[in-house]
Amino acid sequence: MLEAWLTLIWIVIKILLIILPLMGAVAYLTLAERKIIGRMQARMGPNRAGLFGVLQPLADGLKLLCKEIILPSSANRFLFIVSPILVLAPALAVWAVIPFSEGLVLANINAGVLYLLAMTSLGVYGILIAGWSSNSKYAFYGSMRAAAQVISYEISMGFALAGVLLASGSMNLSQIVLRQAGGVWHWFVIPLFPLFFVYWVSAIAETNRAPFDVAEGESEIVAGFHVEYSGMGFAIFFLAEYANMIFVSTLAVLLFFGGWLSPFEGIPILGKWFAWMPGIIWLLAKISLFLFLYLWLRATFPRYRYDQIMRLGWKILIPLSLLWVIVVALFVYYHVGIWFA
Amino acid sequence: MLLKEYLPIVVFIALGIGFGLVPLLAGFLIAPSRPNKAKESPYECGFEAIETGRAPFDLRFYLVAILFILFDLETAFLFPWAVSLRKISSLGFFSMLFFLGLLLIGFLYEWCKGALEWE
Repeated sequence: MLEAWLTLIWIVIKILLIILPLMGAVAYLTLAERKIIGRMQARMGPNRAGLFGVLQPLADGLKLLCKEIILPSSANRFLFIVSPILVLAPALAVWAVIPFSEGLVLANINAGVLYLLAMTSLGVYGILIAGWSSNSKYAFYGSMRAAAQVISYEISMGFALAGVLLASGSMNLSQIVLRQAGGVWHWFVIPLFPLFFVYWVSAIAETNRAPFDVAEGESEIVAGFHVEYSGMGFAIFFLAEYANMIFVSTLAVLLFFGGWLSPFEGIPILGKWFAWMPGIIWLLAKISLFLFLYLWLRATFPRYRYDQIMRLGWKILIPLSLLWVIVVALFVYYHVGIWFA
Repeated sequence: MLLKEYLPIVVFIALGIGFGLVPLLAGFLIAPSRPNKAKESPYECGFEAIETGRAPFDLRFYLVAILFILFDLETAFLFPWAVSLRKISSLGFFSMLFFLGLLLIGFLYEWCKGALEWE
């Protein structure tokens, strides 16, 4: 009995060691976003709270905590309060199977990729319920758009994942990373480049980020599905969105860019110089690059129209990914190149 | 081994719900609550809301949902095949290619029928 409790407490400690740094990363990702986009638009970004604005996320959090949570009179109260939790819980739960370095993983399950696909699909319910229970037309239209967009891009994302599974022969994320060991040229991004492209575009659409952010579309439907939320309810949606951005970038690194493996592996001199670097530092560096890409895309591209988004998803990404899954299957079957030997 | 590996996931989901619940409760406790009629009405810019949120919506959203179910099932079919491709015989390999070919025909049919159009 005591042993069972100790195991449970140990698990909780490990989970907190994942969630708390993640929360910190989310907080500072919002600051990084405002700073980087500010610089790209020749502005300063926030610079009043603390030195260079480093306390800005804390100030924002505190302010949101002290703001009234408005319950619209026409809303369905229970669903209105529950839906932010329904969005946040899966956004956090996906981190249970993410390997941060060799052996550094909370739950090393064999069905890792399947679990991730299931959890990311669950987020749609929260969005749909939030929009419906608000009983406001902007929220409703926003959630319809978001749901249709997310499920459309989930198909192409699923095909991209199937391509990675073909190449690695495993659904265990640690195994998938180890399959890419041996140097940059072993990373799956090279044989699976079209699938990586499909994955990344789908990922941006799945997280409802610019240039595919019609679900929020400030200029047309104010803030989409969370227009009626204020204070902490809004903060939780925000938290989930940024946690999802970090997760999707992490998955891109794990599946296509060798996870925690060093990019200098197998290169004569550089490989030795960087051999001391722990894997997790490489992982975090690669994730940061992808997060920067997110912000860069947001600062660069104008918003797509809704029909353009649906056309891109159904008529370009799905056929492209389906085709490349077949090509990868043929590669694997006939043992083409160093990746499928 | 199997179920033991999944215990951390269950705990993680529970903690994830907790991480949503606690800030919300804190918000309800700390933040002021001074409701009035204008504040509680659905959002509208500058005037009283004309329509309610229960408005009719485009039928194509249903179509997308139906197509999604078809294709999502198919990815569910693809996953086990993809993982075990190195272990199955050529029969398994080519029957899946045949299945994907059939699916492609269905997809092209949808496309030609205009099910994927948004204007």
